Amino acid sequence: MWENIKQFASEFFVTGDPLIYGADVGIALTMIAIVFILTYFKKWTWLWREWLTTVDHKRIGIMYIIASILMLFRGGVDALLMRTQLAMPEMEFLTPEHYNQIFTTHGVIMILFMAMPLMFGLFNIVVPLQLGARDVAFPFLNSLSFWLFFWGAMLFNLSFVIGGSPDAGWLAYPPLSQMSHSPGVGQDFYIWGIQISGIGSLMTGINFIVTILKMRAPGMSLMKMPMFSWSVLSSCVTIIFAFPILTVTLALLFLDRYLGAHFFTLDGGGNPMMYINLIWMWGHPEVYIVILPAFGIFSEIVATFSRKKLFGYKSMVFAMMIISVLSFFTWLHHFFTMGSGASVNSFFAITTMLIAIPTGVKVFNWLFTMFRGRITFETPMLWTIGFIPCFVVGGMTGVLLSVAPADFQFHNSYFLIAHFHQVLIGGVAFGYFAGLAYWWPKVFGFKLNEKLGKWAFWLWNIGFYVCFMPQYILGLMGMTRRVSSYSWDSGWWELNLVSTIGGFLMGIGFLFQVWQIAHSIRFMKRDTTGDPWNGRTLEWSIPSPAPLYNFATLPQVSSQDEWWEEKQRIAAGQAPKQQQPLEPIHMPKNSGIPFIKSFFWFIAGFGFVFDWLWMAIPGLAGVAICMLAHSFNYDTDYYIPVDDIKRTEAAARGSV
Amino acid sequence: MAQASAGAHQGHEHGHDGHHDIESMRTFGFWIFLITDCILFGTLFAVYIVLHGNTNGGPTADELFAMPGIIASTFILLTSSYTSGLAVLSMNKGNVKGLIGWLIVTALLGASFIALEVTEFVHMVHEGATIGTSAFLSSFYTLVGTHGLHVSLGLVWMIAIILQLSRRGITSVTKRKVNVISLYWHFLDVVWIFVFTIVYLMGVM
Repeated sequence: MWENIKQFASEFFVTGDPLIYGADVGIALTMIAIVFILTYFKKWTWLWREWLTTVDHKRIGIMYIIASILMLFRGGVDALLMRTQLAMPEMEFLTPEHYNQIFTTHGVIMILFMAMPLMFGLFNIVVPLQLGARDVAFPFLNSLSFWLFFWGAMLFNLSFVIGGSPDAGWLAYPPLSQMSHSPGVGQDFYIWGIQISGIGSLMTGINFIVTILKMRAPGMSLMKMPMFSWSVLSSCVTIIFAFPILTVTLALLFLDRYLGAHFFTLDGGGNPMMYINLIWMWGHPEVYIVILPAFGIFSEIVATFSRKKLFGYKSMVFAMMIISVLSFFTWLHHFFTMGSGASVNSFFAITTMLIAIPTGVKVFNWLFTMFRGRITFETPMLWTIGFIPCFVVGGMTGVLLSVAPADFQFHNSYFLIAHFHQVLIGGVAFGYFAGLAYWWPKVFGFKLNEKLGKWAFWLWNIGFYVCFMPQYILGLMGMTRRVSSYSWDSGWWELNLVSTIGGFLMGIGFLFQVWQIAHSIRFMKRDTTGDPWNGRTLEWSIPSPAPLYNFATLPQVSSQDEWWEEKQRIAAGQAPKQQQPLEPIHMPKNSGIPFIKSFFWFIAGFGFVFDWLWMAIPGLAGVAICMLAHSFNYDTDYYIPVDDIKRTEAAARGSV
Repeated sequence: MAQASAGAHQGHEHGHDGHHDIESMRTFGFWIFLITDCILFGTLFAVYIVLHGNTNGGPTADELFAMPGIIASTFILLTSSYTSGLAVLSMNKGNVKGLIGWLIVTALLGASFIALEVTEFVHMVHEGATIGTSAFLSSFYTLVGTHGLHVSLGLVWMIAIILQLSRRGITSVTKRKVNVISLYWHFLDVVWIFVFTIVYLMGVM
């Protein structure tokens, strides 16, 4: 009996690596600390009532952001482990097997569990406030999306200590990801972790499309809508067309592994290249899904800190929508080397190059917005100005990669690695950091410390170039991606060492960001104006932090940059707009079902990973019961009485 | 009507300030969900079209499909789509009994469709044509099975709605629910027409 248990535990838990034992201890201590603190301060009910069951978009946004910062930490540690291994030739810091796991989890975590939730966090915090709405269209669904993401991410991260991490690359190409080559459970963690959180992403896409199309304040026609909301719309439209393809692709891979089907196998008539086509039909739109909102953030920030209307509003809208459409016609440029022939490769080379046109339009729009503006250089604006040259260079190396014949040389080299990190860090990460600094006071009621923010920015910005510029050259020198070691006579070590130094500079930048947040919570003064940046859009017209119902009366919109125009009108001595009389506000009730249902998904996923039907079936049954419980529940909303609204408003405005 | 708003907000049923059409917003959201479901089936059809010739020396479509059963189940599903339409018509006339009656007929037809599909699958598996036999059969079972799974989930959902109707009658909430499930049902019918054409008819031609 005891022997059996020992045998089981040695296979169930990941053993043998001191790094992982260290992490085990860390995880255990953190868990104990969390439980202790919650119990000691009697915060369990508070946690359940105020956070786990909340349907308030602002709180859901905050939870997304906290989760994504934790994931950024883990993904960043993965990156630094890799850079340490590559700092010098023939290093023996990580074994090749461990290295494979780390580059796989780094990619998955950074894209799906860091960039996506950070993006959804910003959607949640900003979009309803910008539209002059009281919540998203489907608050219950919104909460469900968050918890599906959360439990999906937990399932994926669990593979680190239980069962073993996936190691077939971030997109898990077959045959490497098949039973024949990856018989362990790591790949199943990959499938179920992404599948569960992917369903959440899909529902968020639906939710925000309906919110944007149906819940804008009276008078806000689509062409008067703030640019960030436009970028969210274009991103969500891309989500609803792209994510079902991911769902199907992962489901088919699961059937191959679990039931022995032959979709992507080498035998039985399967076709591994079909997986690679399918996954990139999702994967390429996915990178535009994460970059488009960053474009929207930069558009808001550049207008605010130049004190000018955004240049070329209409062309910006068209550029975003064209990028959404074109993103579905470029997937094959990820594998020109498949050998699909000159005409097919030319088609995808041309569509890829075409995307540079609307992107160029945007860059010029930002530059012309700054032209003759009264620019001030607060941190959000610094990230924006750092982004523009970085993204232009990253975009141009992308155009180089899109030249199909040349791509046969670049393919899977460090040149490619440098390119996509340049657009993802210089574009997506810088954009979200900018957005976080910009909207932080609206959510929490105080600004982030500027001085520490500037340190973080310069460390990230310089660290980025030090890390990735050498990688372009390494790529041209013949270093391929995913190598875990190289020899002294390759001549690569100087550049690799420089690159590693750059990686650590960015790591220090991240520490500065954490310090900035901690320091600001402690020391920053409360923002009493609700409009700390002299903003232009509706979210700045209400107190910070925004009250539960956002707007006491729905704003009447007559122009783009409505709040800016209103301030101009008041400054010119005109009477402010007539406020509607207060009325009771219709609000959704909190619900525990999203949390519980997502947890059942986690149980089911865990059961499928280990092929334990006794666990998977009750998990699925739990999901079904939660769905029915929600369907039969008609007591889902309530009204905030006028007196309460008056009291809240007086308290918020009283401190002005 | 009074039963609709069991909460504290009676009389606010068609409230004010932007919440007057929360139910129509939900219906709109469902249309967008159907777009995503379209892409899901589209991907599965694409996979089937790529793989349907890869029989790996196993049985082909022509040898496997028993058309009489398929044609029968096709007519059953098409009829159920028609009866779900009749249910909506009864609802629009305010006739709860007619509504529930036609929904029950629809659910029974849906259940017989599923029964026929399960029989077909079991029969095929007994002939040795399993999901692991060839890429063609993997994609066949997955495409047709996903449709069947959709119909089965729809059945559970429809029974839940019937129960709610019998308790609460026709309210703005239950009305939206009936409209949405009938949309879903028609959608599955359209998908089946493509399954019937691309998988079965083109398979035996």
